[in-house]
Amino acid sequence: MSTYDRSMALTGQPPKKLNKGQKISALIGTVGLGIMLLAAFNVEFPNRALWLFIALSSIMGGTIWYAKASYGHKVKGIKNDGVWFKSLSNKGLMGWLAGIALTGFYIILYFYPAYLGLVKDGPNNGVIALFDPFSRLLSGNPASQWFVYGTLYTVAVLAFGIKFMWKYRHNRYELVRTGSVMFFQTAFAFLIPEFMARLNSDTFSLPYYNFTKMWPLDNYHFEGYRVKSLVTAGDVGLGLLIFGIASIFIISPILTFKYGKRWYCSWVCGCGGLAETIGDPFRQLSDKTVKAWNIERWVVHSVVVFVTLMTTAVIYSYLGNDTSKYWLTKTTFLLGVGGLLTAVFAWVMIFKRKQLQKDAQYGAIGYFVIIIALIGFHFLSGDGHIFLFKSGTLRKTYGFLIGSIFSGVIGTGFYPIFGNRVWCRFGCPMAAILGFQQKLFSKFRISTNGGQCISCGNCSTYCEMGIDVRAYAQKGENIVRSSCVGCGICSAVCPRGVLKLENGPLEGRIDSNQVLLGNDVDLMTLVNKK
Amino acid sequence: MENIVIIGNGVAGISAARHIRKLSDKRIIIISAETDYFFSRTALMYVYMGHMKFEHIQPYENWFWEKNRIDLIRGYVTEVNHTEKKLKVEGSRDIQYDKLIIATGSKPNKFGWPGQDSHGAQGLYSKQDLDLLEINAPNADVCKRAVIVGGGLIGIELAEMLRSRDIPVTFLVRESSFWNGVLPNGESALINEHILEHHIDLRLATNMNEIIADENGRVKAVTTDKGETIACDFVGLTAGVSPNVDFLKDSGIEIGRGVKVNRFLETNIKDVYAIGDCAEQHEPIGNRRPIEAVWYTGRMMGETVAQTICGNRIEYKPGHWFNSAKFLDVEYQTYGWVFAGRGRKDHEEHFHWRHATEKICVTVAYHKDSKLFLGINTFGIRMRHEIFDRWLTEAKDVNYVMEHLKDANFDPEFYAQYEHEIVSKFNSETGTQIKPKKKSWKRIFQTT
Repeated sequence: MSTYDRSMALTGQPPKKLNKGQKISALIGTVGLGIMLLAAFNVEFPNRALWLFIALSSIMGGTIWYAKASYGHKVKGIKNDGVWFKSLSNKGLMGWLAGIALTGFYIILYFYPAYLGLVKDGPNNGVIALFDPFSRLLSGNPASQWFVYGTLYTVAVLAFGIKFMWKYRHNRYELVRTGSVMFFQTAFAFLIPEFMARLNSDTFSLPYYNFTKMWPLDNYHFEGYRVKSLVTAGDVGLGLLIFGIASIFIISPILTFKYGKRWYCSWVCGCGGLAETIGDPFRQLSDKTVKAWNIERWVVHSVVVFVTLMTTAVIYSYLGNDTSKYWLTKTTFLLGVGGLLTAVFAWVMIFKRKQLQKDAQYGAIGYFVIIIALIGFHFLSGDGHIFLFKSGTLRKTYGFLIGSIFSGVIGTGFYPIFGNRVWCRFGCPMAAILGFQQKLFSKFRISTNGGQCISCGNCSTYCEMGIDVRAYAQKGENIVRSSCVGCGICSAVCPRGVLKLENGPLEGRIDSNQVLLGNDVDLMTLVNKK
Repeated sequence: MENIVIIGNGVAGISAARHIRKLSDKRIIIISAETDYFFSRTALMYVYMGHMKFEHIQPYENWFWEKNRIDLIRGYVTEVNHTEKKLKVEGSRDIQYDKLIIATGSKPNKFGWPGQDSHGAQGLYSKQDLDLLEINAPNADVCKRAVIVGGGLIGIELAEMLRSRDIPVTFLVRESSFWNGVLPNGESALINEHILEHHIDLRLATNMNEIIADENGRVKAVTTDKGETIACDFVGLTAGVSPNVDFLKDSGIEIGRGVKVNRFLETNIKDVYAIGDCAEQHEPIGNRRPIEAVWYTGRMMGETVAQTICGNRIEYKPGHWFNSAKFLDVEYQTYGWVFAGRGRKDHEEHFHWRHATEKICVTVAYHKDSKLFLGINTFGIRMRHEIFDRWLTEAKDVNYVMEHLKDANFDPEFYAQYEHEIVSKFNSETGTQIKPKKKSWKRIFQTT
């Protein structure tokens, strides 16, 4: 035994041999992916509907079986054994390979869909053709690269959602929440928009409408062609247009006030759905340093400023100048946007100054950038032009940089490197706006349970948003952070029952004790004096 | 400027340093032989299990110390000379102090078992122990079976750790049921079942006689007082800890089992203080033990001594007892006092409720005559610390606790709640007719 050849690795060598069930199920899943890969290389399948069905069900069945083989025989509870020893979840070779493969897929999807088999003005081939029968079944149209993507996306959320549920089967919050993201992805983000396409005819046409995506996450929401098509589509279209505006200005503030931004980010949103299901094995890879937090705040709020300007510019460009034709003109629109932003800014500065502290200056900078740009629009822009650019250029730049590169290629492709919420944390303007509301105007917080924290660090490690949860918990402070998406994992992995996500009274939500409960009361008051 | 020297960079020493820095501009030096930076000792197990890397169990980023002007020295203090106010440090120059805080923590108990120093026999306390464990028991090929001696918190954690790498574990527990000196019977039985559920070979009422080593001095088996010989490659010695104070033996600082301190955490020598696991109170505080090796008491002693050192001399007065732990997959919390075995007083009445199928149970202790609420143990249910702390301060009776139990629930949202079941069993046993009240935010956050 003393001659045993020890590995030079400093960390352990846990038993990570796969069991028989895991091996067979992995094989089945790979076969499913293999069929699609063959199709992508233009192997002709005789009965596409059948082969697509086989491929999708083996991916789905393989994943679910794998989950059962991994967790089914174990006592229910936290299943993080060996997470940092595995190559896939510890940025090892497997992690990098997965990252490269995903990134490659996104680049092809966004920029070279022809390689997937998309043919303009003709029947598709390749893997897109494999999906044609399914697409025709749902919407009546041939498939596009986006249909292929949407299907795979939904299959991933469903299959890995079930895996997630198996993993956290002791935790009812996780079960209900995961059920919710699976439902919203399948019904509202995938099936209903496809069915809606069936309503379209020569006289009636709705744009593609994903109910779970609101502006500004859906940065195309208020583009001219969409608005036009909605307005001309009668009551249904107008209803959708109003729903879109109400979503961001009425519905989401109310829900965020009551439940925090989690109602959206980890219960409804498709990006969140993917991150919480197939992205779950990578949640521990998010960067928790203070430096990362600083970068996060600058980047994500810059995106908000960018998308606000871009959208304003786009709407501005298609509005007219004549009040007799339509009440909303270029000038009234700019005044409206400026007025709304001023109202929000003034309200925050007057009533919420204390909570913002030094963030206030960043907010002020962002605000003034926008206002000055608005004034600039008015004086320096002509028809179809914003400053010197065409409004379309601004839109295309945003679409390319943020919509494709950030949210897709980096946001999802880099799951195995930066963690599963890179996009949500650094890039999503929607998350930033909801986070702003969550921080200043919400009942939601993560309560810290008195003096029970032992500073172990499980909460911080498994926070996908890179929040150093422990830094608050060990001081007895509640966690009120704009980036928190309320996934509930910090509470789940806490070995001492310290953390609870809850919606409670506003009073005492943020400023809690500096010194924890358990000590003599005099000392607590003494040390709590700042 | 005054020189504050702290020996030990565990939670007690670090809390003292942080609070001294908050209150003053004094020079702060922390000496540790164990690691460069503070880490959470209670989280060492998660590093072995692969839940976290070692860097994750360090609560502060490495720049924190320099930014807060807390000097860290790596070295082993061999001698304290209080007449010259000087420390001898192995691997470093002598260090002068104006005030000295001893926060050296514990070391694993070894009770003189034959063979206890063989290769492959070890305790689990320090970072070095963790590194040693990686050598002794890296996987099930090297370590075909492990034997753990001592049925306490570290023992069951070590068992969980080894099982995470599929290493077969035999768990020798002296008591007739797991930790039944602390846990009432129903709870202790629940944990026994849970240990077996995790395929741990639990041997109750069994002591180890000796550790048998092979010709290389490596562990090869243990014998028990049941006459059995168990072949193994690793022996975990987890029969409790005791204060790590041997280096002070001839220093003139009064030593009992730990460093003797008064309520102000002062030793018999002026300007020398002791806090955390290594401190021993002359007189126990309330029902607490004179030496408390608990995370939060170390933290609170650090906070207290910081006040004293910065000119506001105050007593260490821990509030109501509380604690928590996790036995494999079952979380445990306790507030107030629930005694078991010999510690249980005559007037202490217990009410016990256990879920029919799940590993969930509750034990409430109260005074037989006055019905005064004394304490609660919960398994598989989280409780709100503030609420029980308040109820204990306000000396509520057990009926009040039962009626307002929903206020105290701290389980995540959507969890099944058992207050109605619990209270109805309580009613049927005590002849009361209590109806649990709905949870009230107003009551929870009242600030009187």
